[in-house]
Amino acid sequence: MVIEAGAREKLSFAVIDAIAHKHNVEPGAIIPVLQEIQDAYGYVPPVAIQRVAENTGVPASELFGIVTFYAQFRLQPLGKNLIKVCHGTACHLSGAERISQMIEQVVGAKEGETSQDGLFTVERVACLGCCSLAPCVMVNGKVHGRLTPEAIGKLISQVKETEKVVLSGEVG
Amino acid sequence: MFPERDKKNRDWVIKVGLASCGVAAGGREVYDALSTKLRQKGLNVELKQTGCMGMCYNEVLVEVSSPEGGRVFYRHVTPERVDRMVEEHLIGGQPVTEWVIPDEEIDNLLAKQKRIVLRNCGIIDPESIDDYLAADGYKAIEKALRSMSPQEVIDEVTNSGLRGRGGAGFPTGVKWSFARKSPSSQKYIICNADEGDPGAFMDRSVLESDPHSVLEGMLIAGYAIGASEGYIYARAEYPLAIRRLEIALAQAEERGFVGKSILGCNFDFDVRIRQGAGAFVCGEETALMMSIEGRRGMPRFRPPFPAQSGLWGKPTNINNVETLANLAWIILHGADVYNKYGTDKSKGTKVFALAGKVAHGGLVEVPMGITLKEIVFDIGGGTSSGLEFKAIQIGGPSGGVIPASLADTPLDYDSVTKTGAIMGSGGLIVMDETACVVDAAKFFLNFTQNESCGKCTFCRIGTLRMLEILQRISDGEGKEGDLELLEELAESIKRASLCGLGQTAPNPVLTTIRYFRDEYEAHIYEKRCPAKKCRALISYEIMPEKCPGCGLCAKYCPTGAITGERKKPYIIDKEKCIHCGLCMSVCRLGAISVQSGGRDE
Repeated sequence: MVIEAGAREKLSFAVIDAIAHKHNVEPGAIIPVLQEIQDAYGYVPPVAIQRVAENTGVPASELFGIVTFYAQFRLQPLGKNLIKVCHGTACHLSGAERISQMIEQVVGAKEGETSQDGLFTVERVACLGCCSLAPCVMVNGKVHGRLTPEAIGKLISQVKETEKVVLSGEVG
Repeated sequence: MFPERDKKNRDWVIKVGLASCGVAAGGREVYDALSTKLRQKGLNVELKQTGCMGMCYNEVLVEVSSPEGGRVFYRHVTPERVDRMVEEHLIGGQPVTEWVIPDEEIDNLLAKQKRIVLRNCGIIDPESIDDYLAADGYKAIEKALRSMSPQEVIDEVTNSGLRGRGGAGFPTGVKWSFARKSPSSQKYIICNADEGDPGAFMDRSVLESDPHSVLEGMLIAGYAIGASEGYIYARAEYPLAIRRLEIALAQAEERGFVGKSILGCNFDFDVRIRQGAGAFVCGEETALMMSIEGRRGMPRFRPPFPAQSGLWGKPTNINNVETLANLAWIILHGADVYNKYGTDKSKGTKVFALAGKVAHGGLVEVPMGITLKEIVFDIGGGTSSGLEFKAIQIGGPSGGVIPASLADTPLDYDSVTKTGAIMGSGGLIVMDETACVVDAAKFFLNFTQNESCGKCTFCRIGTLRMLEILQRISDGEGKEGDLELLEELAESIKRASLCGLGQTAPNPVLTTIRYFRDEYEAHIYEKRCPAKKCRALISYEIMPEKCPGCGLCAKYCPTGAITGERKKPYIIDKEKCIHCGLCMSVCRLGAISVQSGGRDE
């Protein structure tokens, strides 16, 4: 699921209703509905769960059960940039722990957390399937392979710098 | 692999490998650079994208074929290299030999391979149905529909000896015959593309490189059991595979290979794509069906088997991507050609994702029965580090670790099972001496423990207790009796779990204890990690004679444990050091050493 930075929708019932109705015809389409909501917002807002329940007749408790069962769903908003650190077997053997350590240091957030400035969310994923390029990390949907701790540190510092420029531009 | 080109084609042809690995290594940038350069020069060249060429360690890969029929593969291509390639090779007629993969290397890679599933991978453009059709695409479903009865299709597949490639190895034809015999006006075919094993990328590569072959396999299966609807349940972490599947499906619908009255025959078949939402247990068939139905993906008791009561209570047949990708070839070439490959009980070929500390990692397809040694050394070129080959991890987190001493084990379902591991779906991770087996077992169990759906108590709690013991051992707190306790728990979990996840979760622990007991004992009794991996049992030191005092390690140390004056050797404060090893990674001069166990000091 590629989530472009800054491409998120404003929270609105119209968007949620449209997504729910689009899938209404198909049996068992609850998961695709929730996936599309997450695509739109970067997470599944609790208010959206309530609204989907009203729309589809599936109890909110059941929807909540689904959202918490599957690793893909988030109940917290995402940071502006999403970093997925691969901890597949090949990456683990090639030093993924050190890559994580470096990311934590540069970003200021551990895996599973969002940095205080809201710029980065760091996630730990089981495998990105690019094992021959281990260790690898996905930053905003793009996979970077054959990394060293130093290389990922530089890459993220660059993203950080760009964000600072954008921010100061917005203020000015 | 890589058939000779059509002699009628007189232009240069350039193919860029654009499966996920190629893209991640910068393949799109190379493709764009080539496209720009060729336009500038006004050259008459056919520039194509293709899927996985199987030699992932060489990415970005570019294949260049001259009008005369000569062909070379360039490796590690970057946009910067494109200029010289075009100028010297396409204009000057001389390949840039220093960037070309030597023929001998390719011959070694291919000598022991037989490509059936991967027949089109890295050759055709996965987004072009015309490319697939030109490679005998959709001829097998045509043959089946026009000249074979569903029962004849089932017999052919049964005779081929094909067994389910998702891991369990159940004979495909037999599975189909159960679903065929179940009376119902509505039946389903499901393609299991929820490849969740860390270290496995066979299915992703097939879907990204040859999606039509999977669709055609579903059509054949649908015709055989009498189903008119199919679902592809694909892992959401594979966006490129899903996109290419969507393109392929739209093309197949447009050309009338999917939909109503296919090829003018009395056969309807529709396909839908569903994205998995990140639950490893959904690779289990009853859990997968729950997920398609829009529920929490928790396995249920069998019987009834899906063949009797599956998706929405209807007879359902679930096959894995690789199984399906074999079918068109089997129908076209015949069961007797297929079953010549492989061993007595494991027929045909198997695709393996070869990764880890191996020199030539990538996607390989070999006849069943080849030995581990042949894969690691003849095809894989030995370890990437040059260090001793220690073990191979097979079958993902539910598989096991086979030691180098058993490298003569033939890769077939029964021989692998005898070692205590399982064939699994085809991930092969090579480990060299730097891998710690306790750490590896902990890693796999951590994964399965996380992914346990929680339904069965032994799987939910038992794996956690095992993980705690492993953590203790790797923290240097292991004690007498731990190994026996691990073994006892493992047996209970295997016996008392409903699905394959729990039944196989203890395998990595059991196989590592079986083959590397001494290494566990070093952790427990000597508080030493021989591979110098377990953080609590190692310490880092700067070797003053090698340290020029550049300060890079101090810059990156997360705890400020490294101090010193520029141009003088730095020092690590052992009290502050958290043993993360970042300093060792960033040091360019190898001035940092790691020890384990008080006895070394």
